[in-house]
Amino acid sequence: MDNHILEVNNLHVSFKTRNGEVPAVRGVNFSLKKGETLAIVGESGFGKSVTAKSIMQLLPKQNTIIPEGEILYEGKDLLKFSKKEIQNVRGSDISMVFQDPMTSLNPTMKIGKQIMEGLSRHMSLTKKQARERAKEMLELVGIPNTEARLDAYPHQFSGGMRQRVVIAIALACNPKVLIADEPTTALDVTIQAQILRLMRGLQEKMDTAIVLITHDLGVVANMADRVAVMYAGEVVEQGTLDEIFYSPQHPYTLGLLRSMPNLDAPRTEPLIPIPGSPPDPASLGTGCPFAARCPYTMKVCHDHNPDYTAVSGTQAVRCWLQDERTPEEHVPEVIRKGRQTSEIAADQAAIDAAGGVPV
Amino acid sequence: MTHELKEQHTTNAGQDDLLVVSDLKKHFRLNRKTVLKAVDGISFSIKKGETLGLVGESGCGKSTVGRTLTRIYEPTDGEVHFDGLKLKGRLDGKTKKRINRDVQMIFQDPYSSLNPRMTVSEIISEGLVIHNPDMSQKDREKRVHELLLLVGLNKNHAGRYPHEFSGGQRQRIGIARALAVEPKFIVADEPIAALDVSIQAQIVNLLKELQEERGLTYLFIAHDLSMVKYISDRIAVMYLGKIVELAGSEALYEKPLHPYTQALLSAIPLPDPEKERTREQIVLTGDVPSPTDIPSGCRFRTRCPFAMDSCAVIDPEFREVEPGHSVACHLYDAEIMAKEGKELKTV
Repeated sequence: MDNHILEVNNLHVSFKTRNGEVPAVRGVNFSLKKGETLAIVGESGFGKSVTAKSIMQLLPKQNTIIPEGEILYEGKDLLKFSKKEIQNVRGSDISMVFQDPMTSLNPTMKIGKQIMEGLSRHMSLTKKQARERAKEMLELVGIPNTEARLDAYPHQFSGGMRQRVVIAIALACNPKVLIADEPTTALDVTIQAQILRLMRGLQEKMDTAIVLITHDLGVVANMADRVAVMYAGEVVEQGTLDEIFYSPQHPYTLGLLRSMPNLDAPRTEPLIPIPGSPPDPASLGTGCPFAARCPYTMKVCHDHNPDYTAVSGTQAVRCWLQDERTPEEHVPEVIRKGRQTSEIAADQAAIDAAGGVPV
Repeated sequence: MTHELKEQHTTNAGQDDLLVVSDLKKHFRLNRKTVLKAVDGISFSIKKGETLGLVGESGCGKSTVGRTLTRIYEPTDGEVHFDGLKLKGRLDGKTKKRINRDVQMIFQDPYSSLNPRMTVSEIISEGLVIHNPDMSQKDREKRVHELLLLVGLNKNHAGRYPHEFSGGQRQRIGIARALAVEPKFIVADEPIAALDVSIQAQIVNLLKELQEERGLTYLFIAHDLSMVKYISDRIAVMYLGKIVELAGSEALYEKPLHPYTQALLSAIPLPDPEKERTREQIVLTGDVPSPTDIPSGCRFRTRCPFAMDSCAVIDPEFREVEPGHSVACHLYDAEIMAKEGKELKTV
């Protein structure tokens, strides 16, 4: 536990709308160790970005409700921080890279000034020192001709270059946690490869922990150590990279992997889509949110939302198929592979001992 | 075997081609000095019932190709043969009307490509009203219902408005609209880019089914190479307004010849951790040059890891180096490589 730099426990976030309260995040748990990359995957509207923004407390105060949960950064609950305290964390200890490099920079401000803003606030450097550091950061992210580039405006940069600048700003104060919300979605594949390589290199150098939010399973396979799969505001499955890709236990994870064409697979093999469409977060019942689209659904799925079951020491899943009362013959072959009752029992005991949170 | 293939290829050319494009150009004049060469002389053909994938990064001109073929844009130069018609320069009203019916388009963004003030029925039947004016109201309604069923919706949806549907369903409405006038050729411009992963496969499967049932011909424009490989018979790779490589989809993935295609393929992150750990990635340096200021000679040379002196001077010719596999690169040109004193790349 003690080496976790960031821990999110049972986080709930709702928004006030004209049609009442809409739950966007419904009990999310995850933790992050120093220097590791956790990928949060899921489709649009499933609360990935809301989770990220609630860590940074960037959600609009007037219509956001966080009824439950805690976000522990080095053991302190960020949700209890005052505005001033959170400002000291934001940008220095935890910083964020946003999806769209075209809109996340201030178009009326020189690049250099935008990098120096955080530096002079958090590291109490003189103007000259801050400029030196800004130059170093630009060099680090691979922007040539740094002296002149410091005085350029965002519109003078291409998309890939702008995202490099955003990363330079985010890393300028040596944050311990970097939250990257779809950092390469707006970029072309060849530029995406450059940015991902850059992020990996910088992570090694600075030992930053990364929360990577994406819907692209290719990017996940390229970057992540561990993966959390979100569906309708919940983490439905969590595990190491290999566990999620090679032994997915939740039908949604399985469906997601199957609906992607494999470059090596022959073209004649049909894709297996997930039927139906994602549920509306405003009208979720008490059952499992995936029940309506799940091929293995049982009666219990529609009425009760399952709890976490540990499948291994590192993998946990929220699905009734894992329940021991589920008849063996109902559990599909792919899922059964991961089921070894004795091991699970041992893991469960370990988790109970650790306070009920999957490690 | 190879010889036979070659012969077959040459005799087939022109016979069952639905569309033959030669040296198509589309330039946009931005101001007195600058011309943006979005499409700068491309040639390809598509057979009846075939899907040609067109891939490339943003700004390479792939959407402009689609829009020029559907005549949303007037081409600057070049010739298009479509289903026995020769299209060159300005078209007369009759030809234009035929193209407007026979060539349909499916757009990227299902949110902005449907008129929010029209019902689904009105959206789908709009083309029918124009192209089949004699059709009775009742027949039209029947046809709309058939189309809705065909794309996986139902007739109760006909009276609703676009905002009542999800992205995937809207894309289905867009497909029904395109099919309403029984087109021969469909340009699908990034039809799945705006959809969620779990929905993308639904739409791709639908497009494939429709093609099998109705013998449709597709130009499938996309930047997601793994989906393109899955849906296309052949794939053309574009860079800065030109096609740099064209091959069968398996051949292109197994044996990419152009350095750009190689880099593009190696840049796609694969959803397979084991492969991601082991494979070598070619990461290109720099950005795509501006289409208003295209480099001399080969347009890829500024980012090419193999660039030679000749590349800055001579624009490589787009040649067939093996049956059905064409590439525009000096590395496969014996003459240039001899001049450079370098070893010819074998195919």
